[in-house]
Amino acid sequence: MRSSDLTVARTVTEAVTALPRKRRAAVANPPRAIRLDRSDLVLRAISYTSITLFALFCALPFAMIISASFSSEAEIMRSGFGLFPKDFTLTAYEYIFKAPQQIIGSYVVTIVMTVTGTAIGLFVIAMTGFALYRKDFPFRNYISFFIYFTTLFSAGLAPTFLWVARDLGLRGSYLAVFLQLLMTPWLIILMKNFMRTVPYEVIESGKVDGAGDFRIFAQLSLPMMKPALATVGLFLALAYWNEWYLSSLYLGSTVEFKPLQYHLYNVINTANALRNSVAGSNVSITELPSNTLKMASAVVATGPILLLYPFVQKYFVSGITIGAVKG
Amino acid sequence: MSRTDAPQRRKSLIKNISNSRMLLLMCVPAIAFFVVFNYCPMPGAWIAFTNFNYTDGIFGSPFVGFKNFEFLIKSGQLWLLTRNTILYNIAFIVLGNILQIALAIMLNEIRMKHFKKISQTVMFLPYFISVVLVGVIAFNLLNYDTGALNALIEQTGGDPIKIYSAAGLWPIIIILVHLWQSTGYGSIVYFAAIMGIDRGLFEAAAIDGASAWQRIRYVILPSLKPTFVILLLFSMGGIMHGNFGLFWNLVGNNAALFQTTDIIETSVYRMVLSQNNFTTSTAVGLYQSLFGFALVMLANWIVRRINKDYALF
Repeated sequence: MRSSDLTVARTVTEAVTALPRKRRAAVANPPRAIRLDRSDLVLRAISYTSITLFALFCALPFAMIISASFSSEAEIMRSGFGLFPKDFTLTAYEYIFKAPQQIIGSYVVTIVMTVTGTAIGLFVIAMTGFALYRKDFPFRNYISFFIYFTTLFSAGLAPTFLWVARDLGLRGSYLAVFLQLLMTPWLIILMKNFMRTVPYEVIESGKVDGAGDFRIFAQLSLPMMKPALATVGLFLALAYWNEWYLSSLYLGSTVEFKPLQYHLYNVINTANALRNSVAGSNVSITELPSNTLKMASAVVATGPILLLYPFVQKYFVSGITIGAVKG
Repeated sequence: MSRTDAPQRRKSLIKNISNSRMLLLMCVPAIAFFVVFNYCPMPGAWIAFTNFNYTDGIFGSPFVGFKNFEFLIKSGQLWLLTRNTILYNIAFIVLGNILQIALAIMLNEIRMKHFKKISQTVMFLPYFISVVLVGVIAFNLLNYDTGALNALIEQTGGDPIKIYSAAGLWPIIIILVHLWQSTGYGSIVYFAAIMGIDRGLFEAAAIDGASAWQRIRYVILPSLKPTFVILLLFSMGGIMHGNFGLFWNLVGNNAALFQTTDIIETSVYRMVLSQNNFTTSTAVGLYQSLFGFALVMLANWIVRRINKDYALF
């Protein structure tokens, strides 16, 4: 997860929860334009134009990859990458799906890791966030600092690598990747801030009825936390799905099926991986449509998450804003 | 402090533990996680002061004092890495914030619901893809033989540029790619803050006959100032940490560009993964951690002075 996210998400929740209640109420009714004069119209025109341009700027590179994957290798070599397919062909995809074991294996590894990692991570994060949010928990500040301190100071890559690979013996094991992505301090802090959407009275009423702390968490708080769970879950899922870094450190070439993005990373960066990823070793590297094949691999590795994305995006944005606003 | 305090306090500690044992238990998995993956490796930072070899292990290897640091300083590498890391981060922070604020203000002007939804979806898209794919996209655009940029230059009659060996161009490229990937997402924060502005302020501004520009200048921007200041101060703490994945996938092992593209994390990664150089990389990492730690403390101290509530601790 990018380090800038840490500050962003934490700051939003903390800054906006500091707003007085009245200001928070105003958020529910965003300001509507009252009367339009010329400056409003000019600003509006500028806004529509700039946003259209920026959206195009964001989208065009994707179009370029997709079109390249459907182009013929010869045309790419002759006239370069462009926005529209040149000499439309499905050759690159035929190569990939002629021997699909590799890509299917990568998909299975990534999907299993993403689903189980997100579920387990989300549960632990929510549980910890709940405990740290409880004002009647005397150790909350010590534990918060214990967790937060790891973002202030870290051993660094080499000592961590030696510890995990040598002392824990996790080199070449999917566990090295899976475990290290389970949680981050800032997701716990984010969850703790989100917990404020659960009114404290709920916890107190649970206590009065004689429910234990875990029961209050699982049966009373969790159901009220859906936007928070969706947001944190999405962050976790993205971290698992986009993982390539830990795989490159701990898995390298030791496993048969590499996580999807690391597989793509290899296909892009090494010619051998490209050959291995298609029909096996009986294809000579010079015959491969290497450019279009790389693009097709990129599309295959990314496509599903992009198709899913518009549906989860809604939860993500509203989760951030709700978490931030109602905090 | 009377003598009777101590046993009482101990009693209350035991009482506290037994009263909140379930909550403590709920924290155990997370605590165990951070102990195993974050605290346990910390003593390993000792490698920075040794001439580490695999057979003797971390604490058996010969102690060499500050020699590893001396080497880094003398070779000029530490200075180069620090300069690059900090300058890139400053550019990311300054340009990023300006663009995010501008975008948030413009999004606020959009009234067509569908347009807003679709444009937001598209603008957040780059944030959701892996950096590996970002590297692919950049290569499509920039490479010498088949890159779209060079194709365009040739069509308009210019000479193609060997971008992957022109170190001077990369600060611009990396900053542009970073903005491409993070601006849409980052603007949510400011957009949420604008949505939080009291409607009455806009009404009052309209009654006073404020133009759209005056509304931005006197209502929106001042309301965004707290958010901006906090974000700025917090990102100051992270200024020693780069966007590793982006740099690595854009530049990787291309030594021709290191002068302008090598940051602390890429050099550490390279040293560990391709050279098995644990001593120098640990020294760089330790320097990064300590320097970063000092910066966070400084930032926190400043935040505390501005507004205690926003401080981390």
